Amino acid sequence: MAKTLFDKIWDSHVVQIVDDGPTQLYIDRLYCHEVTSPQAFAGLRERGLKCFRPDHIYCMPDHNTPTHDQDKPIEDPVSRKQVDTLKKNADDFGLTHFGMMSPLNGIIHVVGPELGLSLPGMTIVCGDSHTSTHGAVGAVAFGIGTSEVEMVLASQCILQAKPKSMRITVDGKLGPGVTAKDLALYIMSQITTSGATGYFVEYAGEAIRALTMEGRLTLCNLSIEMGARGGFIAPDETTFAYLKGRPYAPQGEEWDRAVERWKQLKSEPDATFDKEVRFDAADIEPMVTYGTNPGMGIGITQRIPEPQNASDEKALAYMQFRAGDPMIGQPVDYVFLGACTNGRIEDFRAFASIARGRHKAESVTAWLVPGSWHVMEQIRQEGLDRVLEEAGFAIRQPGCSACLAMNDDKIPAGKLAVSTSNRNFEGRQGPGARTVLASPLVAAAAAVTGVITDPRTLL
Amino acid sequence: MKAKFNILRSTCVPLPLENVDTDQIIPARFLKATDKEGFGDNLFRDWRYNPDGTKKDFVLNDPTYGGQILVAGKNFGCGSSREHAAWAIAGYGFRVVVSSFFADIHKNNELNNFVLPVVVSEAFLAELFASIKADPKTEVVVDLPAQTITNTATGSSEHFDINGYKKYCLINGLDDIDFLLQNKDKIEDYERRVGKN
Repeated sequence: MAKTLFDKIWDSHVVQIVDDGPTQLYIDRLYCHEVTSPQAFAGLRERGLKCFRPDHIYCMPDHNTPTHDQDKPIEDPVSRKQVDTLKKNADDFGLTHFGMMSPLNGIIHVVGPELGLSLPGMTIVCGDSHTSTHGAVGAVAFGIGTSEVEMVLASQCILQAKPKSMRITVDGKLGPGVTAKDLALYIMSQITTSGATGYFVEYAGEAIRALTMEGRLTLCNLSIEMGARGGFIAPDETTFAYLKGRPYAPQGEEWDRAVERWKQLKSEPDATFDKEVRFDAADIEPMVTYGTNPGMGIGITQRIPEPQNASDEKALAYMQFRAGDPMIGQPVDYVFLGACTNGRIEDFRAFASIARGRHKAESVTAWLVPGSWHVMEQIRQEGLDRVLEEAGFAIRQPGCSACLAMNDDKIPAGKLAVSTSNRNFEGRQGPGARTVLASPLVAAAAAVTGVITDPRTLL
Repeated sequence: MKAKFNILRSTCVPLPLENVDTDQIIPARFLKATDKEGFGDNLFRDWRYNPDGTKKDFVLNDPTYGGQILVAGKNFGCGSSREHAAWAIAGYGFRVVVSSFFADIHKNNELNNFVLPVVVSEAFLAELFASIKADPKTEVVVDLPAQTITNTATGSSEHFDINGYKKYCLINGLDDIDFLLQNKDKIEDYERRVGKN
């Protein structure tokens, strides 16, 4: 039977299929951050185990790291303990660790691809649902729980039922001002946040092929918000050009051999998927969310829909939005550019393209947070820091920042934030915070006008 | 957290909301612990308590309802992979979560903490919510060996799915690491076969 790319990668990592049970799958890369790993390391200690394959495992703190004064100890003692615990665990178990202030530190899902640690054809896991991000390089990457982190630490394997396969094809070309973020929010608005639950998604079609690596990382990042186990894009010349020369990518002749191998990583033409959906890129405009899950999104020029059930009503009440009102013109208190979704160089270029020659609105507090020190370096090299500073914006130090309210960057209760992150759940950015998810362009348009604004009017 | 599971008969706590995400089950600011203790106290924290610590109008604050079974609307546990959500559910005292649909990662996390996620039909779920509303003392019987769930108020019963391996683990109080550690030779065989990355 003709195989999908998902079948090819998954099947080549099967150690065994347990009788009337899951698959024992070999894992090429395990990433550990400070929040979801301490109990797994504690479990190893309790059982008296070592890491089975320490050279496959990379650790870095990102969730708790403050986005200022990283050269000083973290003020919050509980956060500091969690970050210190990761360092101790990495040392005790002989694992690579990129600590705060290391030039290689940043958000794990930004750092993995940019260092060439995440490569085509790999299986990649992390105790973090946005591990789906790494699918952009053509890998099978998925988030796992802490018990599963412990499994991988102990055996470099995980027990998982094989997900079903789904292909999302997007034909045509995205319009001006429409980004990978809008594409992802659009897909979620159509298939809901559980539309891909139980499936591994392959993104395909002209609009996907045309995405840059940064755009692909954004799209794959949001696979989990459709409920998917993960999402990926078959590797192509865009992938190879992005990975070539990255510190942990193969070099020299080894690189050439790897590319030849990676070129085979595609679904066979007559492979069948358990589910297929198709969209036209021309139908998509810049998107914003109006509710409390990422599937509650609409085109920016549309009006807030009528609630359909008790959950919708609860969402609108929380957001303090009224059905029938337009999103354009809603006053904005905070703008957040960053997170594993939109903390890469292209996102800063997009934001700067609108900020250039304009000025931050007085009423807006803006947090611009690169996804890694490497992204920070690129921002400086391209002079984007000066453009942004002239427009009244400051750039903070790398980390997860305001995505999930585990560090100092919290949106105050009742305030409305236009955020390039991935979740608008109740309280996600701080208790009582109201989140509108959007692209870096929409975020920049809100930051310079103080209200939700169609970025196409400012391009 | 290892605990054997066989047959459970209990009253239920109803949560008839859809898309309950793990940020609601346990907000991120409570994820800073380095052990698994105490998460039950903060289960549904921001739905249970006001910022000043006073109680909100929420089902966990309503003495009418109690028991070891949480009954929730579809797509329960979506969002973040945080296993802290499963530790909070287990820590609070739930042994079963009933819904018509679970998010993948959270479902695995429950199973790995000996909390049984039971997937039922929309019709069974709607009837169960109605039964609990009519009589909060309605009991449900979850029989893992037989893989059945029964609403004792109406007598309705459904079969639920669980793979044979995981069922064996739950009934016998074994976890996946116990299994994987017995299979190191197979892992090394695999590495020899394909070459490590």
